[in-house]
Amino acid sequence: MQCRILSCIAFSILNICDKGDSVNNVLFELRGITKLFGNVVANKNIDFSVREGEIHALLGENGSGKTTLMNILSGIYTPDSGTIIINGEEVTIKSPEDAIKLGIGMIHQHFKLVDVFSAKENIIMGQAGSSRRNQKELTKELEELSNRFGLNINLDKKIYQMSVSEKQTVEIMKVLFRKSKILILDEPTAVLTPQEIDKLFEILRELRADGCAIVLITHKLNEVMEISDRVTILRKGESVATVETKKTNPKELTELMVGHSVDLSIDRPVVKDKTKDVLKVENLTIYDEEGVKVIDGMSFTVDGGEILGVAGVAGSGQKELCEAIAGLHPVADGTIEFKGRNIVGLNPNEIINLGVSMSFIPEDRLGMGLVANMDMVDNVILKDYRRQKGLLLSRKPARKMALKMVEDLDIVTQGVQYPIRLLSGGNVQKVLLGREINSSPQLLITAYPVRGLDINSSYVIYDMLNEQKKKGVAVLYIGEDLNVLLELCDRIMVICGGRIMGMVDPKDVTIEDLGLMMTGHTYSQILAERGTGQ
Amino acid sequence: MRLPFHIVKRPYMKTYQQVIVRLLAVLTAFAVTSILMIILKKNPGRVLMALLYEPVKNGYFLVQTIKLAVVLLIISLGIGLAFKMKFWNIGAEGQIILGGIGASYLGLFHNDWPIYILLPVMLVASFVTGGLYGLIPAYFKARYNTNETLFTLMLNYIALSILLFLQYGPWKGENAMRPEFDNFKKNALLPSLASSKPWSDLHIGWIISLLLVVIVYIYMNHTKSGYEISVVGESVNTARYAGMNVRWITMRTMMLSAGICGIAGFVQVSGNLKKLSVNVAGGLGFTAIIIAWLSKLNPVVMIVASFLFSVMSKGAGFLEYQNISPAASEMIQGIILFCVLGAEFFVNYKIVRTHREVAQK
Repeated sequence: MQCRILSCIAFSILNICDKGDSVNNVLFELRGITKLFGNVVANKNIDFSVREGEIHALLGENGSGKTTLMNILSGIYTPDSGTIIINGEEVTIKSPEDAIKLGIGMIHQHFKLVDVFSAKENIIMGQAGSSRRNQKELTKELEELSNRFGLNINLDKKIYQMSVSEKQTVEIMKVLFRKSKILILDEPTAVLTPQEIDKLFEILRELRADGCAIVLITHKLNEVMEISDRVTILRKGESVATVETKKTNPKELTELMVGHSVDLSIDRPVVKDKTKDVLKVENLTIYDEEGVKVIDGMSFTVDGGEILGVAGVAGSGQKELCEAIAGLHPVADGTIEFKGRNIVGLNPNEIINLGVSMSFIPEDRLGMGLVANMDMVDNVILKDYRRQKGLLLSRKPARKMALKMVEDLDIVTQGVQYPIRLLSGGNVQKVLLGREINSSPQLLITAYPVRGLDINSSYVIYDMLNEQKKKGVAVLYIGEDLNVLLELCDRIMVICGGRIMGMVDPKDVTIEDLGLMMTGHTYSQILAERGTGQ
Repeated sequence: MRLPFHIVKRPYMKTYQQVIVRLLAVLTAFAVTSILMIILKKNPGRVLMALLYEPVKNGYFLVQTIKLAVVLLIISLGIGLAFKMKFWNIGAEGQIILGGIGASYLGLFHNDWPIYILLPVMLVASFVTGGLYGLIPAYFKARYNTNETLFTLMLNYIALSILLFLQYGPWKGENAMRPEFDNFKKNALLPSLASSKPWSDLHIGWIISLLLVVIVYIYMNHTKSGYEISVVGESVNTARYAGMNVRWITMRTMMLSAGICGIAGFVQVSGNLKKLSVNVAGGLGFTAIIIAWLSKLNPVVMIVASFLFSVMSKGAGFLEYQNISPAASEMIQGIILFCVLGAEFFVNYKIVRTHREVAQK
């Protein structure tokens, strides 16, 4: 296998060497960048350069140092050693302000916008003199800018009224208005629908044509293949290779990224004897705290021995649905039957005891289900401590279970007595899912279990879910990555605005179909359109 | 701007290193105090002796110091329970007063009961009155998510007013010229194990406090309810997802926390003051917050911390014999506290030199 890596590296070196055919100039270059956090090497002697009119993907697993490297370029961190060269001149970037002056604009994963301000106010904010300028002229300039790059945006709309994709467009405008030539986008597609991703890529292509240098931080291979010109792969803080996208393929990129060969397809084992309707939801209606209808008359079933995937834009009612089944959210109307028994009105503890298990990975990944400052034993004990008799709490069985989980799931930890906040994201999620599975549930609800995980860890999680399915557990899988949903699930339920748009067989639909349904088209509409199209 | 040094978070510090850091902090505090004393033209050695040695010099002084430490310890234990749940109970003052009132009702009006019945009932009464008083902010926090910091703080003043009302009104002493509570009769007072001076002055409050240390320690670390407290304290959402009844846990824990503070009120009236008084709390509820925090909510460490705080505050009294004004002695206490609390920074962070070039491995 090592030969394979070596050959990959050799291949990539060749690629770097035949730069000759490129006419474009290098716009910026990082040389020998090293950054330490305490004793942890985040970046080690990294060389990285991007040309004018190029989209350069920065690919790597979690914790490989992608974001650190770009934060150095945008002035958030200062490197411990190494130099930054922009337009052939060596520069020092001590603060984000310096970076902006040098024409570097970063669009972070979490948008930095003021919710109550309009798009225009957000765009001109912090630009000296902008507020004193002629407002009409300013608006005209912004409109020209947005027309030029095909940014479809209402400048007077307030941020809090915007969709995620619109907010992102505002961020891009902000960077362009500052006349940035270097754009860095940190995982920009994580929260977008396929259609929105297409739109974003259209914009990026326009910007490339205009001579911008664009860095795309990502770990999604299909995006790298679709839009980038070159790819630099980081692994454990080091730059493994820079290759031209045309001359590579997803498999090679994965191997470079992970360091060994991996099988990219997800299993979908067939379970013969399914238990009918372990979960049966009928006519479910839920209101949120503000009295807004978030689930609107949903009816569906999940069988034992199947994985039902739920696809939808973030905030379509996924969280409320999970919480309602787990007894954490009041139900306004309808029934939730678990093995023929209506569980609406039971308290969360009773529902857990019936054999329903829920793991929800929120955006910050720790907030629900695990306690960051507690050790693994205390986290493992969380769900079943109540089953112990008497007042006292014995940690012995939990310690045993924790040690077993470490071994079974390859959890990397210094020891089960260390706080789990010291674990990496993947290992934290293994602990969470492992605990839920250990309580041998009959219904496993899991929301975003691979959120933010790298390829290796994701596959471990998929395997864990498939194991459960084979055991006859009913699995409700709420996911983000549509490719994964299509490969892993037996059926997919697409929701939009709290309503079911379609219950589909993954073999019958494409990712675009899912995207359309997520934005409010019903499956029958899509079928009808397909019919007329043919 | 590039500083030659920068601050880095420490991943983990060994226990003996932590002890060394804290000892260094205390030494620093002494050094600074000495400089201050030299400026004031005092002998720093004698000042430090007065502050640290006088309170433990002989049995008579030591007994006084221990009696104060006992009360501080009980309050810290109570506060620690609430703090573990991240419920910021700064209403210990009020809960002590209410506990004192509850105990005093029996001590004043049922002092014909035999001592072995009266004292246990007084203890239970102080626990219940203090606990119920703490239940008020807990209920509103659980039900309406009110701010417990403000709520408990304000209840301190209400408690004080109730006490003053009793003092000037229904519970006014019979023999006193001024409005004052009556002294307790002998069978309402905590007895001592020793029969001769000075140790006969040391009532059995210390046994109560040490028993509470054991109980609280086991409760926090080895019971289901104690485990629930830590989970709620770390993350309410996680607790909810695990099926815990967060409202009930909040109220139950706060009832216990306030109840223990109420017991401190009982020890005050029945042991230290020998009567109910306006000084029953006297700021101890706030001092105990610092003790609980410095002890990292560990009941065993609280024993040591309470004793040291007691020494310091008794020692400040002795400084006046050295012609040092109360203001200066408060300053000295402040310096010591500042250094000790400041040491926490060095436990969690370190200052390192900024690397220019990093050696290649």
